[in-house]
Amino acid sequence: MERKIRVLVAKPGLDGHDRGAKVIARALRDAGMEVIYTGLRQTPEQIVGAAIQEDVDVVAMSILSGAHNHLFPRVVDLLKEKGVDDVLVIGGGVIPDDDIPGLKAAGIAEVFTPGTPTSVTIDFIKQNLKRKA
Amino acid sequence: MARAPLLSERARAQDARAVARLISMVEREDGSRLAELKALHAWTGRAHVIGITGPPGAGKSTLTDKLVAELRGRGRTVAVVAIDPSSPFTGGAILGDRIRMNRHATDEGVFIRSLATRGHLGGLSRATAETVRVLDAAGYQDIIIETVGVGQSEVDVVRLADTVVLVSVPGLGDDIQAIKAGVMEIGDVFCVNKADKDGAERVVREIRAMLETAVLNGAATRFSELYAALAAMGLGPDAKVETGSGAAGAAGAAAAQGDEAADGYFQAGAAHHIAKQARGHDELALPPVLATVAETGQGIKELVDAIKAHEAGLAATGLLGKRRVDNLAWELGKAAADRILSGLEADESRGFVRARAEAVLRKDLDFYDALDAIGESLRGRP
Amino acid sequence: MNDMDAVKRGAEAYEAGVEKSLARFPERKKDFVTGSKAPVARLYTPVDTAKIDYLRDVGFPGEYPFTRGVQNTMYRGRFWTMRQYAGFSTAEESNKRYKFLLEQGTTGLSVAFDLPTQIGYDSDHALSQGEVGKVGVAIDSLADMEILFDGIPLDKVSTSMTINAPASVLLAMYIAVAEKQGVGADKLNGTIQNDILKEYVARGTYIFPPEPSMRLITDIFAYCSKDVPNWNTISISGYHIREAGSTASQEVAFTIADGIAYVEAAVKAGLDVDDFAPRLSFFFNAHNDLFEEVAKFRAARRVWAKLMKERFGAKNPKSWMLRFHTQTGGSTLTAQQPDNNIVRVAIQTLAAVLGGTQSLHTNSKDEALALPTEDSVRIALRTQQIVAYESGAAETVDPLAGSYYVESLTERIQAEAESYIAKIDSLGGAVKAIEKGYVQQEIQDAAYAYQMDVESGERVVVGMNKFQIKEAAPKGLLKVDPIVGEQQAAKLKALRAKRDQAKVDAALAAVKAAAAGSDNLMPPILAAVKAYATLGEICDVMRGVFGEYQQKVIL
Repeated sequence: MERKIRVLVAKPGLDGHDRGAKVIARALRDAGMEVIYTGLRQTPEQIVGAAIQEDVDVVAMSILSGAHNHLFPRVVDLLKEKGVDDVLVIGGGVIPDDDIPGLKAAGIAEVFTPGTPTSVTIDFIKQNLKRKA
Repeated sequence: MARAPLLSERARAQDARAVARLISMVEREDGSRLAELKALHAWTGRAHVIGITGPPGAGKSTLTDKLVAELRGRGRTVAVVAIDPSSPFTGGAILGDRIRMNRHATDEGVFIRSLATRGHLGGLSRATAETVRVLDAAGYQDIIIETVGVGQSEVDVVRLADTVVLVSVPGLGDDIQAIKAGVMEIGDVFCVNKADKDGAERVVREIRAMLETAVLNGAATRFSELYAALAAMGLGPDAKVETGSGAAGAAGAAAAQGDEAADGYFQAGAAHHIAKQARGHDELALPPVLATVAETGQGIKELVDAIKAHEAGLAATGLLGKRRVDNLAWELGKAAADRILSGLEADESRGFVRARAEAVLRKDLDFYDALDAIGESLRGRP
Repeated sequence: MNDMDAVKRGAEAYEAGVEKSLARFPERKKDFVTGSKAPVARLYTPVDTAKIDYLRDVGFPGEYPFTRGVQNTMYRGRFWTMRQYAGFSTAEESNKRYKFLLEQGTTGLSVAFDLPTQIGYDSDHALSQGEVGKVGVAIDSLADMEILFDGIPLDKVSTSMTINAPASVLLAMYIAVAEKQGVGADKLNGTIQNDILKEYVARGTYIFPPEPSMRLITDIFAYCSKDVPNWNTISISGYHIREAGSTASQEVAFTIADGIAYVEAAVKAGLDVDDFAPRLSFFFNAHNDLFEEVAKFRAARRVWAKLMKERFGAKNPKSWMLRFHTQTGGSTLTAQQPDNNIVRVAIQTLAAVLGGTQSLHTNSKDEALALPTEDSVRIALRTQQIVAYESGAAETVDPLAGSYYVESLTERIQAEAESYIAKIDSLGGAVKAIEKGYVQQEIQDAAYAYQMDVESGERVVVGMNKFQIKEAAPKGLLKVDPIVGEQQAAKLKALRAKRDQAKVDAALAAVKAAAAGSDNLMPPILAAVKAYATLGEICDVMRGVFGEYQQKVIL
């Protein structure tokens, strides 16, 4: 049976701008993926708990508030703590290029800044899944 | 001697990752799941499976969130299987039920899994039954199945759940368009959510009226079966139970437990009961029709009481076992039919069938002989 | 005078001629549309505006239906207020930025608060981690507010505060700071955004559920109408709705529908419409399509004026006036080739000015990447000043009136907006429509369609999906020092040690009692902030009584 790619789209922290997260969720659905969207104001703990229970292939986080340097790595660290090492973690939002190397070093596979077409994100996911399709 | 497969061991220890992995294997119909599922089999059958169904907009997710909180408050471990439809065009899905419940994501005693229907027309995911068994074996005491709530799924959930809660809501246009004939018959507990809205009382009345009609017409509903069983044990709405000694004592103890259950279940429908008596109708036993406002938590405690009372009633009458046999028999039948179907779709079969078709047209064989021949050939298959 | 039949014939001849020449000179594309994807005709003539009655439909500036503006001399009397939204990090840092802006010529302050402040959490709350001082200034107590406005005379400056769910608390703090400066509340000029409905739909900084939120808002209306009469008690916002992806007509419609809900709530609470309506204000977006935006502003004024007069029976002409602040559209700016954003903002500024805005914030070029630096903020401000002094746009009132295109667009947007408003009415009003997810679904569908158009190339965004270059990462972006969170936590600790805890407890108890009852919440909140109760403490008391809003997500 064909394996579906399962993606958790999450908005960590207090940022309430969800236009991007919702657009990406829809685009991923239209690309045949199963998207679990957990809504606003998620703590890193809630995101990781959901990611584990839903056995997702990808965690995709969106932040426009500047809190990414604290929250993104926190999610990666929690996943590691729980022994999860085969989930692709990506991020998007208002994130200065300068911060991207730091985020990648912390375990974020890629950061998609404003203006990135959804097709680019979709292709990246398909080509970089840590678990075999 | 073969070592028990690892995942199932970890799942029984309620390791969330292992449980989640198993469920994914079930969804994918991954062959390696079989060994794990066989290892878990001995541990199934303990959970109370609760189906929550109803039309979109009824607030099922919010209701489920509150049910989880209430059950946790009573010390139960809870799993939720939330099902959403896959897009028929792209095969993808947005699974959004979790949004209303994700506060429980950090509670180790709660496991929530979102499933997409993946083309399964029944409204439930094909994998739902096996998923429930995995969660059951993992030790979650209450398992809530939250369905898509349109069409077939409302009926299919009956095949999986011990207790079916039918949720409706005022203001859906012709209110009871959502409560179609046939659907009324599958509910064990009826819930009118968003009861703070205009028209809520009317919906409650209309549901009770429809239930009465069903009972008066002798419709074979789920709850009428339970009532009949309770009555057969001498446990009607106002039956008195003697607890005696010896054999009678054992039966009496069971009966007492059942009495409490019957009491609870009828209690939940009691208000209506009294009203009916006041109107001078014959005694009519009806299932509970409860009003809730899930957002504020109003009525949730009573709803859980009714659900639990129903479970107790099933246990006391032995109907729980009977229902589970019925459901499993149905599931086995479907799975067997699926197997035959897959068998027929194999290339080898297609060829065979096609050859029979040609023979029929050549008049070497008639249609019915051809059918027999195909049946024979499938029987020969492993 | 135009002989309309002759014009019609001439227009038909023109179109026929065009059809013939299209084979040799095709047009650039098949469908020409506005920024909101509404069809645009090749040419507009007097035929298109023939049904418009100038006196009835267009009118004169400062007169009903205010299509041409809410004041009779508009910018000839006074330019729009150049009000740059600013704030970040600590109150000390923001205070410095405000003084810089005032020196550079802004004529009003606009305070941006960080997310914890906007959502009623103190800087040391678990959920505040990583967020303190990031999108605005962190205000935990009156002590921070005093620093924020240190050296800024509140009787001389008007201040707009972008705060919604805890607006009551921040307004109380502002009043308390003014008192310490010796300025009475009756002398204060400014605005609080205080628009909770759009938070549920497009912005996300809600705290309490709709009913108690509406009560808080009407309490503020009532309090200010007596005690802070020059204060704009609400800025009914369409900016965020547009940023979330809506069309221009939806921006007008959903904003005004929210406005209707607030007016109805206040009237239900016993206020006379003319007592508070003159102090209602609005907040719109300025997008790229110049003519559509100008038409949008004109249509909004006309729709609101009609509503206030006919539906609510307001008698005071000030109640009919839609006064608004504008911000240029943040979502139109690109991270690619950021200097191009200066040009975008200039066009959007022109749109807002030609549309008759009362005040304007212009975005800086680096806003798709970070909060703006001093240099980029200065350019944004200069953009407004150049339009004001050099473009001629402010030399006459409503210069685009009479344009066949603009008047047609104004009519069309009005009709579409009124149709959406009627739909929302049929759903039971804005609050119910939001509950049912209608507004959110419309916005999302528009947002998704926009994204697909950009990805298919149908909608060109210069530098992003066309005319791209390989570029290095931009340098010199503003960074908020993460130590701010720790600094604020330390301040809070010191504050709690210093203040009179008994007084705080008593004040909080009074807030609780008022919240549970029906007394106006402003006086007890004012007493609480003066006792140096923190924002988080006051909001927690209200959370306890009102509960918290559970998000509805429609996808």
